[in-house]
Amino acid sequence: MIQYIAKRLVQLIAVLFGVTFLTFMITQAAPSDAAQMQYISMGTIPSEELLEQTREEMGLNDPVLVQYGRWLWNVLHGDLGTSTKFSESVLTQMSRKLPMTIELAAVSGVIMVLIAFPLGILSAVKKNKWIDYLIRFLSFFGISMPNFWLGLLLMYVFAVRLGWFHVVSTNDIAGIVLPVATLTIPMVCTYVRQIRAAVLEELNSNYVVGARSRGISERRIIFGHVLPNALLPIVTLIGLSVGHLLGGAAIIETLFSWQGIGNMVVEAIRVRDYPLIQGYVIWMAVIYVMVNLLVDIMYRLLDPQIRLRKKVD
Amino acid sequence: MNVLEFQDISVIYQNGKTAVHNVSFTVPEHSIVAVVGESGSGKSTLIRAAMGLLSTGGSVSQGRILFEGENLLGFSKEQIRSIRGSEMAMIFQDAGDYLNPRRKIGPQYIETIRCHIQVSKKEAGQIALDMLSRLKLADPERIMRSYPFQLSGGMRQRAAIAMAMSMHPKLLLADEPTSALDVTVQAQVVQEMLKLREDMGTAIVIVTHNMGVASRMADYIAVMKNGYLREFGARDQVINAPRDEYTQQMLMAVPELEDEQIVKIR
Repeated sequence: MIQYIAKRLVQLIAVLFGVTFLTFMITQAAPSDAAQMQYISMGTIPSEELLEQTREEMGLNDPVLVQYGRWLWNVLHGDLGTSTKFSESVLTQMSRKLPMTIELAAVSGVIMVLIAFPLGILSAVKKNKWIDYLIRFLSFFGISMPNFWLGLLLMYVFAVRLGWFHVVSTNDIAGIVLPVATLTIPMVCTYVRQIRAAVLEELNSNYVVGARSRGISERRIIFGHVLPNALLPIVTLIGLSVGHLLGGAAIIETLFSWQGIGNMVVEAIRVRDYPLIQGYVIWMAVIYVMVNLLVDIMYRLLDPQIRLRKKVD
Repeated sequence: MNVLEFQDISVIYQNGKTAVHNVSFTVPEHSIVAVVGESGSGKSTLIRAAMGLLSTGGSVSQGRILFEGENLLGFSKEQIRSIRGSEMAMIFQDAGDYLNPRRKIGPQYIETIRCHIQVSKKEAGQIALDMLSRLKLADPERIMRSYPFQLSGGMRQRAAIAMAMSMHPKLLLADEPTSALDVTVQAQVVQEMLKLREDMGTAIVIVTHNMGVASRMADYIAVMKNGYLREFGARDQVINAPRDEYTQQMLMAVPELEDEQIVKIR
């Protein structure tokens, strides 16, 4: 197990190299000029000399590989660079934005699980009864709605029309409601269907017939056998969602002016703030690899067949 | 006294197909009835109907199934649950498939016992160990600690029989219990079941396509084809003087029956 984790962590380093290198190349390939963007974002139109000087200072005139090498060298020394847009270190900038994204992700994740699991199980157990049809019908709606549209709709109804919330999200409990709802509704709808499918698949297995033949009650079968087994495929999906949420839902954060990391990176991309983009990319890569690792470890813990087979090898 | 009685039973599935047509026969106390027939003959459907475990979409469309004189089809869900596993038990072709693959045998065994009698986990564990040793399983503790996939087919089947018999049921329904096992293990399992009948007086309905197993074990044989009961009678009569044409054909189709394919035990 420890060997396995160590192997995966080595892989993480390779992934980080690959991902940062690729994004570096891609952002450099974009046609706009970072130096120019910096002045435009400050509202001034620089002279050609000033631009040239700034490019020289930012190291933009060096070959791309040299720039990447320099960036990498600094990163390995613990320096993620300075954001050109916000004129502060990438680390400071990110550590200010991250808690906001984590807050949004955690609240949305917890609420999603609390709603999706009971509904998914109910839908599976009451298969083809009216409640199942209702849940499936509503979840179909939720999946079909694009989230920016859902966000705008919620904003229009609850903030503009009813005036229950502010259009620009505030830093209190009321402020988080709309962004969380926008994030949660599509996720709940997706998960309800996945959980329903997973539970139904388990309910159709022979061990359920076996348990019934031994006189075990339906309640025990569902909660003691079917649900823990159905959790296995769901864990993978939840892992992906956690990665997705921690990456910051750029559209929703922008829509609600939520000062999280998704919002930050959209702005960074707009002004070609390379150090900040690279910082974000490192964060994303680390999150995805770590979440995948966690999911794999969970899988081993939950499934004795995988756990014991590996031991034999 | 009859333990089980099928009275004019028909079973239909959702697709409109009738799997069992007007079948009637009785299972006297302490007796072993073998239901033989090719696959698709409705023999498994019949005993699943008695357990109330027809797969989704299947239902008994007519007739009565009497268990100790009471119509099982009139039982509530809770009533039938409480006699499943205690009064009437069932074993399957692949025992491992009918246990939760992600939980050890022990907890599943103990859970089963505690569904029927109020004992502590420790006491239930002791009942389980006793029963497993009774089935001549070496190292019952290890079996309790194992996952189903860690045991051989024969061990799993014997563990399943132990589990089914621990409440001393009046009736054991066995759905092809030996078909997935090789011949030697088959013989052992057959012998264990015969011994349990002798010791506990449990009536057994065994569904099989193996005429050898049927003739070795059964007191009565029921022959089914395409959902119809073709013949029902005492073993000697059915084997030696079959009245039905299909039974005759079936007996002729297994010439090896007379030689080594027959389950030789003693």
